Amino acid sequence: MSWLSTLRRKKFMDPLTAALYLVPAGAVVVIFRMLPIASAFVLSFFDVKMGRIRGFVGLAQYAKLLQDPTFWSSLGTTAYYVAGVVPLSLFLALLAAVLLNQKIRGLGFYRTVYFLPVVTSLVAVSMVWKWIFHPRLGLLNYFFELVGGGSLQWLDEPRGIFEMIAGGLGWSWWPDGFAGPSLALIAVIIVAVWRGIGYNIVIFLAGLQNIPGQYYEAARIDGASPAQVFWKVTWPLLSPTTFYVLLSTTIVSFQVFTQIYLMTGPPVGGPMGTTKVIVYYLFERGFDAGGNMGYASAVALVLFVIILSLTLIQRRVVERRVYY
Amino acid sequence: MSARDRELNAAFRTRRSLSRAGVYALLWIGVVVMVVPFVWMITTSLKSPIEILEFPPTWIPTGHFVEAAPGVWSEVNIVSRNAAAGTISVRPLGGGPETTVDGAAVRDRFRFRLENYAEAWRQAPFARYYFNTILVTIFVVAGVLVTSALAAYAFARMKFWGRDNIFVLFLSMMMVPQPVYIVPSYIILVKLGWIDTYQALIVPWLAHIFSIFLLRQHFKTIPADLYDAAIIDGCSRFAFLWRIMLPLSKAVLVAVVIFAVVGTWNSFLWPLVMTNTTAVRPLQVGLARFSQEQGTNHELMMAAATFSIAPLIVAYFFAQKQIIQSLATSGMKT
Repeated sequence: MSWLSTLRRKKFMDPLTAALYLVPAGAVVVIFRMLPIASAFVLSFFDVKMGRIRGFVGLAQYAKLLQDPTFWSSLGTTAYYVAGVVPLSLFLALLAAVLLNQKIRGLGFYRTVYFLPVVTSLVAVSMVWKWIFHPRLGLLNYFFELVGGGSLQWLDEPRGIFEMIAGGLGWSWWPDGFAGPSLALIAVIIVAVWRGIGYNIVIFLAGLQNIPGQYYEAARIDGASPAQVFWKVTWPLLSPTTFYVLLSTTIVSFQVFTQIYLMTGPPVGGPMGTTKVIVYYLFERGFDAGGNMGYASAVALVLFVIILSLTLIQRRVVERRVYY
Repeated sequence: MSARDRELNAAFRTRRSLSRAGVYALLWIGVVVMVVPFVWMITTSLKSPIEILEFPPTWIPTGHFVEAAPGVWSEVNIVSRNAAAGTISVRPLGGGPETTVDGAAVRDRFRFRLENYAEAWRQAPFARYYFNTILVTIFVVAGVLVTSALAAYAFARMKFWGRDNIFVLFLSMMMVPQPVYIVPSYIILVKLGWIDTYQALIVPWLAHIFSIFLLRQHFKTIPADLYDAAIIDGCSRFAFLWRIMLPLSKAVLVAVVIFAVVGTWNSFLWPLVMTNTTAVRPLQVGLARFSQEQGTNHELMMAAATFSIAPLIVAYFFAQKQIIQSLATSGMKT
């Protein structure tokens, strides 16, 4: 039988053929993915102006970064954004998915409608919502006035919402630094939740449909209340899905750019810089006149480290609660 | 069944139907919230600049008409209303002197200004933008199909040194978000002389790692014995891919096409950075510029937004099941 194994080895160990099949995709991945990713790391140690490397500066870009108040505030703004989008999107998506999982008539219709914004370009979505948030002529203020509320400045409002709520309750004084995200950022958060929720609903719904029916049957026979069924059966068995949705929504939210670029300002990141998120800051430092691509690369690496460590932390924390 | 049982049963059913009504009510609130922005976009796109300023806003675009001659109605803009006298000051749509007429003489009729679409299309080179996006999308879709099928085949069926490590390295690239490598990518494209060219929008996107992954997983489900037997019988490797593997993978290939089309059509940051002129600028970047230049012409902006999303939305309504399924498996959110 040795001739057969020789034949096999000859026939199937063929690195040259394999290389031929891998080259088209491999070349693109190496040149346009691996090379730029490696370069981002390298560039962050250089001074790069107008696309030209001016000299090695060691860790100077990082030192500058740590002392840059705009960098820290953009990081804080991004954190507010993520902290707004992720829980809101998860809660509403889970609610919708649980409702849709009740043997609903017209399930396909609801799913199609909820998913519609996901296939709509973010540019168009941003334009439409900017118009809805228009302080004088916008639809949202019109609804607010219908129900007797005052009109808000939305995307033009730099005041923090905690400060605004406190003001609404009659407190004239509010500590600096606790103003919270600006109303403008809240408006951007609303748009992000609206745009992405359909995606999370579909994932949650698939997760719910994967839970075997006999668990529910057993719970019903034991006389469990709907709340008990949810917390003791659905929630633990859904946890791998919840984990995935949490992770992917967080990672995507950290990269928010288009809505900020199109809905806020001018200048972009306004009002008063309260919506300047980290990716916009990176874009501004990298591509605006007078920017420094080495510096922008340092910002990019910080973003990467954050996303990577979030992935790892979330994995570790949530894994312990995930029941497979 | 005792009377008490029946009573209990009826009570249970009422409660059940009440809670079902609640479920549908919540779901419909969701429908309204998701749909109203689209309705508002289309409504606005069909209004006149004057009607946009009207408060409260109209849901169905409406025009005001006065009878200029018996049986001839001409459209006017309302300048002001005098509630006490019951009169309305109007001005002809094309311009001209302001006249005051009796309130009852002004008639409102639905008026959809489709001409806004033509106007928006004229005000920026949207034909060019459209052409650019379609061209880039076609090349990316074709390229991704070819590169993914070949690479997935090598990863799934061929045996070579370091195969699984290379595959894992490929997959790990997916974890790095685009903003991280956009600056060095720009420098690379500058060095290649590709800024403001179609290559800049096409070539870097000719490999889609997730598509390779998906196809490889599918190829692995096709029995290896079939492959071994075919090769021993003298079937060439490429013929096996072309004649056996690909026809068995139609559903996955459709998903690959969907990622490529939706991803390319809606991509924004990359073409924003890599193009500076109208010549190769794709639709999304053109639309963004249009919105920044127009400022207050909301009806034109909404018309442009509508015709920019129309092709994907129409495709979505025809193939929503496929599209939802594909995008949901990909983890693609933008």
